[in-house]
Amino acid sequence: MPETLRKAALNPIHRLLGAKMVDFGGWDMPVEYSGLIAEHMAVRTGVGLFDVSHMGDIQFRGQGSFDAVQHISMNDASRLQVGQAQYSAMLYPQGTFVDDVIVHKFSDNDYLFVINAGTREKDYNWVRQNARQFDCHVSDYSDYYTQLAIQGPKAEATLQKLTNVDLRAIKFYWFAWGTVCGLPNTLIARTGYTGEDGFEIYIPSDAATSERVWNEVLEAGREFDIKPCGLGARNTLRLEAALSLYGHEISEKINVFEAGLDRFCKLEKGTFIGSEALKQVQAAGGPERKLVGLEVVERGIARDGYRVLDGQGQPIGNVASGSPAPFLKKNIVLAFVPRAYAEPGTEVAVEIRSNPVKAKVVPLPFYKKPKV
Amino acid sequence: MAYPTKYRYTREHEWIDANGKTASIGITEHAQDSLGDIVFVELPKIGDKVEKGKVFGSVESVKAVSDLYSPASGTVTAVNEELTSAPEKINADAHVAWIMKIELSDPGEVESLLTADAYEEYVKEETGH
Repeated sequence: MPETLRKAALNPIHRLLGAKMVDFGGWDMPVEYSGLIAEHMAVRTGVGLFDVSHMGDIQFRGQGSFDAVQHISMNDASRLQVGQAQYSAMLYPQGTFVDDVIVHKFSDNDYLFVINAGTREKDYNWVRQNARQFDCHVSDYSDYYTQLAIQGPKAEATLQKLTNVDLRAIKFYWFAWGTVCGLPNTLIARTGYTGEDGFEIYIPSDAATSERVWNEVLEAGREFDIKPCGLGARNTLRLEAALSLYGHEISEKINVFEAGLDRFCKLEKGTFIGSEALKQVQAAGGPERKLVGLEVVERGIARDGYRVLDGQGQPIGNVASGSPAPFLKKNIVLAFVPRAYAEPGTEVAVEIRSNPVKAKVVPLPFYKKPKV
Repeated sequence: MAYPTKYRYTREHEWIDANGKTASIGITEHAQDSLGDIVFVELPKIGDKVEKGKVFGSVESVKAVSDLYSPASGTVTAVNEELTSAPEKINADAHVAWIMKIELSDPGEVESLLTADAYEEYVKEETGH
């Protein structure tokens, strides 16, 4: 293993649990423990625990924070109340992605961006460079936090045992501060990347605290058969829910309309980085290609990078993410295709190891959590 | 996990259990463990000619696809159809869940493959532990 791989505080715990480790964006992270399918199912039907400490945290503080956030991210932070979070993204001037982010509003002058692991340095540099003109202070707190995601229909019941905060009062994409496992002022956000209900908590990143909280969560979830879950299940869960992954559905080569994320992009809020280019795309009648969901109809598993073909066998696009879907028990795909092929029901094919295999366009997301 | 001493092994992580002119072929415990949950097996057809070192099918886990290389040359006499509906049987017991049976064209080929000890040594070197 190259010396350069970064290790989060819980690395020894993952190895102790027998996880298979993988290099993810420069981080030595667990890909699976007991088995990807069992972990995936635990999150859909019970509860799973993920170490997502590789995610980055950038905080904006000061009078100019709100203006900086509005300038740097595409969603409209004026719609946020204190204690609320929103899905958003940072864009290049051409309307393509620097990264997607979750914006948390701590106060009128205090915001937190949670960003991806593989893009941490790039994101932080981008934020610093573009926040310079505003009266605010930008800090990278990524290494200060161990971030744990507790996900699944039993996530609330699990975490409730460990905190004095009434978790029922925290709505989806809202957050609160409270004592968790005896740690005061812990950020508890009802967010996640699984398409399921759940929480993300941010605790101090020293090994002793991280390990203690990890173990207490596992203990609290034991009656619900909680499972530690790796990045493998995290990927299949997010794919079933059709949540974007940087480098696949979003990148510096993909614009907001192509990625189908325009509902999180508020062009009417005023000028921000990327807005002018996107208005031009809109004025030109929209993007030429679009992200669609495909279900493979015949036998075969389509994987990242495979070609999408039309009825005549001509290449029309590429698979952004493709995998068996453990809960849906189908082979699903997110792919970029020309707009003419974007309508649900359209029949296409995916080239799987030189063979065209039938697939059809289906509405997104593939999976929606049941209403309670 | 013990590797049956009766079998021979390839560096591509297949096992072969030869009995005279016939042989059963599958993937090793190490291979199934590296792949994770297996969800798809592409089997050859009965009557197919397979060649030593050449691809005869594939196994796919949730995460990855992996080609299957024939440990010896011959003609396919049987395929394990059960794996089509229950590919996880390979995870459960890789050294029992055979994938195909072949009539060997040269039983001597099997002798040149790795013994259980040599294979185990090879896996240790490959994984670094």
